[in-house]
Amino acid sequence: MPNVRFGVIVFPGSNCDHDALHAAGTVMKQDAGFIWHKDSSLGNVDAVIIPGWFSYGDYLRCGAIARFSPIMKDVVRFAHGGGVVMGICNGFQILTEAGLLPGALLRNDSLRFACKDVYLRVENSDSRFTGDSKAGDVLRIPIAHGDGNFFTDDETLNRLEGNGQVVFRYSTPAGELTEDANPNGSSRNIAGIVNEAGNVLGMMPHPERACDAVLGNTDGQIVFKSLIQSFSFHEVVHNLS
Amino acid sequence: MFHSTITVKLRTSILDPQGKAVEHGVHSLGYERVSHVRIGKYIEFDVDVKDRAEAERITRETCEKLLSNPVMEDFSITVEEKKNKVHA
Repeated sequence: MPNVRFGVIVFPGSNCDHDALHAAGTVMKQDAGFIWHKDSSLGNVDAVIIPGWFSYGDYLRCGAIARFSPIMKDVVRFAHGGGVVMGICNGFQILTEAGLLPGALLRNDSLRFACKDVYLRVENSDSRFTGDSKAGDVLRIPIAHGDGNFFTDDETLNRLEGNGQVVFRYSTPAGELTEDANPNGSSRNIAGIVNEAGNVLGMMPHPERACDAVLGNTDGQIVFKSLIQSFSFHEVVHNLS
Repeated sequence: MFHSTITVKLRTSILDPQGKAVEHGVHSLGYERVSHVRIGKYIEFDVDVKDRAEAERITRETCEKLLSNPVMEDFSITVEEKKNKVHA
């Protein structure tokens, strides 16, 4: 397996940054370090993780203020250049606010904060984040959010589906897409999407919290493993230097 | 000097669960004839320019770039000249 250098962005109010670092560094045994939001450069990294949770207290709208942090300019540049960016939970919200992913995350339709394990059906196993799985596989992954209701217009939804940009949907343990399996009212049960180029992922559930066997669930490793393995044929440049 | 007031609301095509919950509360109080409750945000600020059109342009741009998210929200603005009176 290649050695991938992960950079985890830390905003004021992030609290899944250590989980992400632990998953990428300790569990997956890759190089992983923090990047402070006031830095202007990502430095030498192969993949960026924008972690949860309430950056800037979620003032105005979730992710709206974090978008203006100095580091985000370089994240946008990195993503436009094909760099891998993973936004989890609040990170997903930030990526939509920054225009790197389409849509928006509305208040959960229940109006309740949802904190529990949910089931995700892999919709597209050709993405860089799911290559180690098969389409139709079901993962058990925790969620913890109040604003996770993915919304965009029908035209964009159709385009996302047509392009294979829908990576995960909320499902039953058997992989059925039901209303009851949808914890927040997301359009078409969508839990995670990639951008058109496939290098930027946004998902509300927390794969980094389901990586360490000590915690009793390693389903989230699929996302990290897939991503790490994708580097062996996508980018091998830094391994030569 | 101008004073801008801004209202940001979820677009009418989007279900507003907060509005729905509040509507239930209003009905529970006995006001059955109240309907279509929507919850939004109110924002105000001063703009230190001489020209009204300039104040309106700045206000509109802040709404488009930051204060609202066009994917899910609409905004409306009013811009008034600020007189030299004490504001509470």
